[in-house]
Amino acid sequence: MIEPHETPHGTQLTNLTLTVWRQKGPNDGGAFESYRIDSISDEASFLEMLDVLNEKLIGEGREAVTFDHDCREGICGTCSLMIDGQAHGPQRGTATCQLHMRKFESNATIVIEPWRATAFPIIKDLMVDRSAFDRIIESGGYITAPTGGAPDANLIPVAKPAADAAMDAAQCIGCGACVAACPNGAANLFTAAKVAHLNLLPQGQAERYSRAEAMVETMDEYFGSCTNHGECEAACPKEISIDVIALMNKDYRKAKFANRKELARS
Amino acid sequence: MSTITDPRLASKVPAGAIGDKWSTYREDMKLVNPNNKRKFKIIVVGTGLAGASAAATLAELGYQVDAFTFHDSPRRAHSIAAQGGINAAKNYHGDGDSVYRLFYDTIKGGDFRAREGNVHRLAEVSVEIIDQMVAQGVPFAREYGGLLDNRSFGGSQVSRTFYARGQTGQQLLLGAYQQLARQIGLGGVTLYNRTELVDTVNIDGRCAGIVVRDLLTGELQSHAAHAVVLATGGYGNVFFLSTNAMQCNVTAAWRAHRKGAMFANPCYTQIHPTCIPQSDPTQSKLTLMSESLRNDGRVWVPLNVADARPAAQIPESERDYILERLYPSFGNLAPRDIASRAAKRAVDSGHGVGPLQNGVNLDFAAAIGRLGKDVVQERYGNLFEMYERISGENPYETPMRIYPASHYTMGGLWVDYELQTTVPGLYAAGEANFSDHGANRLGASALMQGLADGYFVLPYTIGNELAPMLNKPTPGVDHPAFKQAEQDARDRYNQYLGIKGTRSPDWFHRELGRIIWDYCGMERTEQGLEKALSELPSLYEEFQKDLRVTGDGVSVNQTLEKAGRVDDFFQLGMLMCRDALERRESCGGHFRSEYQDDEGEAKRDDENFAHVAAWEWNGDPMSSIRNIEPLEFETVHLATRSYK
Repeated sequence: MIEPHETPHGTQLTNLTLTVWRQKGPNDGGAFESYRIDSISDEASFLEMLDVLNEKLIGEGREAVTFDHDCREGICGTCSLMIDGQAHGPQRGTATCQLHMRKFESNATIVIEPWRATAFPIIKDLMVDRSAFDRIIESGGYITAPTGGAPDANLIPVAKPAADAAMDAAQCIGCGACVAACPNGAANLFTAAKVAHLNLLPQGQAERYSRAEAMVETMDEYFGSCTNHGECEAACPKEISIDVIALMNKDYRKAKFANRKELARS
Repeated sequence: MSTITDPRLASKVPAGAIGDKWSTYREDMKLVNPNNKRKFKIIVVGTGLAGASAAATLAELGYQVDAFTFHDSPRRAHSIAAQGGINAAKNYHGDGDSVYRLFYDTIKGGDFRAREGNVHRLAEVSVEIIDQMVAQGVPFAREYGGLLDNRSFGGSQVSRTFYARGQTGQQLLLGAYQQLARQIGLGGVTLYNRTELVDTVNIDGRCAGIVVRDLLTGELQSHAAHAVVLATGGYGNVFFLSTNAMQCNVTAAWRAHRKGAMFANPCYTQIHPTCIPQSDPTQSKLTLMSESLRNDGRVWVPLNVADARPAAQIPESERDYILERLYPSFGNLAPRDIASRAAKRAVDSGHGVGPLQNGVNLDFAAAIGRLGKDVVQERYGNLFEMYERISGENPYETPMRIYPASHYTMGGLWVDYELQTTVPGLYAAGEANFSDHGANRLGASALMQGLADGYFVLPYTIGNELAPMLNKPTPGVDHPAFKQAEQDARDRYNQYLGIKGTRSPDWFHRELGRIIWDYCGMERTEQGLEKALSELPSLYEEFQKDLRVTGDGVSVNQTLEKAGRVDDFFQLGMLMCRDALERRESCGGHFRSEYQDDEGEAKRDDENFAHVAAWEWNGDPMSSIRNIEPLEFETVHLATRSYK
């Protein structure tokens, strides 16, 4: 373990200005405030830099900046942040917690904002409420398989390409970058990733069309409409392809227009 | 073996042959009629694998379930970060696996410090877990014929680990979360998100409910129930630097402990061998690289001390493949505690690699040569990318650098065979309890245990407890005990805000972690532990006098949340050191330097320590009382653990 007084490894970035959105509560107005970071190792992660800022603020008797974060391994989807106008910052396929300061230069000004979307109201500072995502999953983002009574796992062979495609979609971490990056505040990539994960698997076929219908309609209650900008795919830390949206649209259309009994037989 | 002297620590393991105990239990247990289940309210705290699976299953059965998480969504729980896989005794590869072998491997891996009955049940239900998760749509890795693929993990000589790339925990948690979400949508579960447990409440010797704090408003609220399940994870963050998520904490378990739930074996902590070494002093978190990497990666260090040449320039003859040399039959797949100590010794003796010489190499060159880059990428691609993002180095070209870090805690709330704590009506599941891994957990067994407890154990054992309570009145939240607990919690949080000292909760946490890591980490000594026990109380006193929490108590205040968690970590840290001091033997993750053989391997003392230490709260952690549950080994023979 390194003691704090030891010479840090890596290059030091100096003289950073952080322009951070501060907002007291959901119903308060917010504003940018600027803070200075004199020096930070380029080995530090972006969130460790915010930890350093918060330590400094507490030291000065000021309130720390509120931001959501947890695993810091890019998998829990808790962290967010618009960094210089980009969801999760400048590194492609990387959540904010995995972004490191080596991607920045000394003397930079970095603008840090919360996700901006109607469906994600700001709670405080950089923290937003993403529970609309949970409402979408609750409406149909599952396979009905109550505990007990499942057949032996190898009785349901899954072709490797189907398993791989399902896994590609299932990697979604539910962070909301797709919504934040979308000019319409649409959640189509999030919703479609879950629809694709389950609808591509043999286990998901029984509820395939009811699932697509329920999830799309719940999504529409909260989020804007998709106009195929593709910003979501570019922002997604798991690089989920917008192909899944096409699949969801196809299943949704079938669910609305095809004969249900025919669908059930196919 | 001595007989049980403390009736509070009766294990309740059914009599009979090891393979019959669980079926005997289920044949004898009391049932609650389907129409009566809705008359019972069950609280589940935590929504990781154990909590989400328990809440969903209990709601499917018809119980009213209230689920609590401090996250914004149940899907964030730290189970999500498990990478490598989940064990199950399916023997799909015909390589000699069986329920008994998984049972035996787990008992042996835990260095003969776990309860046989619980472990055998875990091995039995492991096969049902895989069936259940596949039915729910978990996209496990497949062979080309469509059947499930497996890989091997440390501490076992069969391939029994099911996986979904390097994101098995994520996919299993999403499976359990989806099942929970379905129940939330159907109204079977009421979810309270961004809500943290701050106390448990006992009335007439039973757990009657909990007090929670709304993290958005600071409001305290009581919830009464017939039974409470704590599935709140482990306490590895006591080390400050660990692979746990930033918010993982011991508060729920610790608050229950203070209300009478005994805390078992707190010194059993697991140091995971393959983490990315610390690279700078502001670091707040260490990142795990899945143990599955040891299937194809070879651990080595330069033979020469302080050899700073790049790995590629060090010839084979000047490399020491430490695990292959020391443990030829298990090689790079030696269990975690053993692999960790080997790495620590290599670094301590000056053979470390990297700019700070604080790691060992995990080299894939041989695997890439043998299998081709494509196969290695298929198996570990996302892990390699993660490593590169964090370290800035490309592991296809240069070896990964790894070093051990705190990862998992085998200790936890003491539970009996029914997963009930010493407080009737209060249960603990998953990492929060102590029951299945003894002194060391094998890889890919944490996911298995969380789901076993939540899907296949608690739904039965809670019914057995609740059946006799049908139609009997239970105390409501207007009972004075709830009001008192609310007031105590209010006072506690106001106190943190009122100290107005100079140091942040993180500062204290870092200092606490340093002491615990130095003296109660990978290697422990009597002298070191005594030093820790003299330093901790004074640092804790400083915490109580010099803490600074800015902000207020009526809106989101992460500094205040952290203060409460660090407070509980302090108390736990002292108990950990006391437990480590009292356990005068080495076993699994608990390595006391005084107790090792000539080759530096752990030396158990079965004569005096083949027991569970269950600590009882007595007002403060320095005066807690050590109680004992003797471990009875009816099926396996106590043997020296050897992986040579």
